[in-house]
Amino acid sequence: MITAQNLQASLRKSSLAIWRLLPVLLAVLLLSSLIVPSIPVLIHQGFLGKGDLLDSLITAVIGSLAAGQPIISYLLAGELQRAGIGLMAVTAFVGAWVTVGIIPMPAEAMVLGWRFSLIRNAISFVLCIALAWLTVVTLHV
Amino acid sequence: MCVAYGLVAIVDINYAQKGVSTFIGMVKTLLPALLLVFLLLILFNLIQNIQSRLAGVTGAGSGIKGWWVAIVGGVLSHGPIYAWYPLLGELRSQGMRPALLAAFLYARSIKLPFLPVMVHYFGLAYTVVFSLYIVLFSLFNGWLTERLLYIGKTDDAKNVSKGGLTP
Repeated sequence: MITAQNLQASLRKSSLAIWRLLPVLLAVLLLSSLIVPSIPVLIHQGFLGKGDLLDSLITAVIGSLAAGQPIISYLLAGELQRAGIGLMAVTAFVGAWVTVGIIPMPAEAMVLGWRFSLIRNAISFVLCIALAWLTVVTLHV
Repeated sequence: MCVAYGLVAIVDINYAQKGVSTFIGMVKTLLPALLLVFLLLILFNLIQNIQSRLAGVTGAGSGIKGWWVAIVGGVLSHGPIYAWYPLLGELRSQGMRPALLAAFLYARSIKLPFLPVMVHYFGLAYTVVFSLYIVLFSLFNGWLTERLLYIGKTDDAKNVSKGGLTP
């Protein structure tokens, strides 16, 4: 049974949850807005082209630092591949972009704990290299 | 953060402006999703026991059903991750397993509405293989995260860790 009292309590609890997150959320968005525009520049400055594994590690680090919709990583990765970057490095880039979140980490840690957030993201980083390798190997079988 | 923007503006005003417009774009994208999550939070708080039920499905002993809910939920969830944190925090405080939280967050990497773009750039086979590995790895990521999280902790400590993953 929904009563006015329940509704009021629910509104207060939900508002508090959002309000607590808001400062971190805005800070994270401001930080990522500064970093995201530099990523294509970093890519075009010749940081890549050093072999599959090294390229994958570099792109995975860049992808980990990025924050934004996955569609942006698809577009960038597509352009990278067209520019001659290997499929494994490109896949590591997309994998890291979508699975590792360095920039959102403070917000995640605030809600779920630093230990959880660090462990989860560290595993995701290692897995994105494995993901890239397995994807390429599977496609070439 | 404003100081950082100020410093960047001194070095390169165009870059700072680009940052500001990126920020505005991100906020615009985030607001509808945040609103949706706010409404969901109200709904979840309003309907008594729904969180307990969800937590029951994803709590200790939830088994395969819990994994299924976490992964399918992750794949189907949309909007920026920030918008989901309050809800995940609530579910965690209701007893959602860390393994399932991690699996949910990993499975969120699959964005169904955006997959056509991936197909466009990399082909259907690549997209299918990549997405399937994401699903498989979300299980592994969840399992391993929980294992590492609870290293050196007693069963009692695991049980009282509700409400925060760093008891």
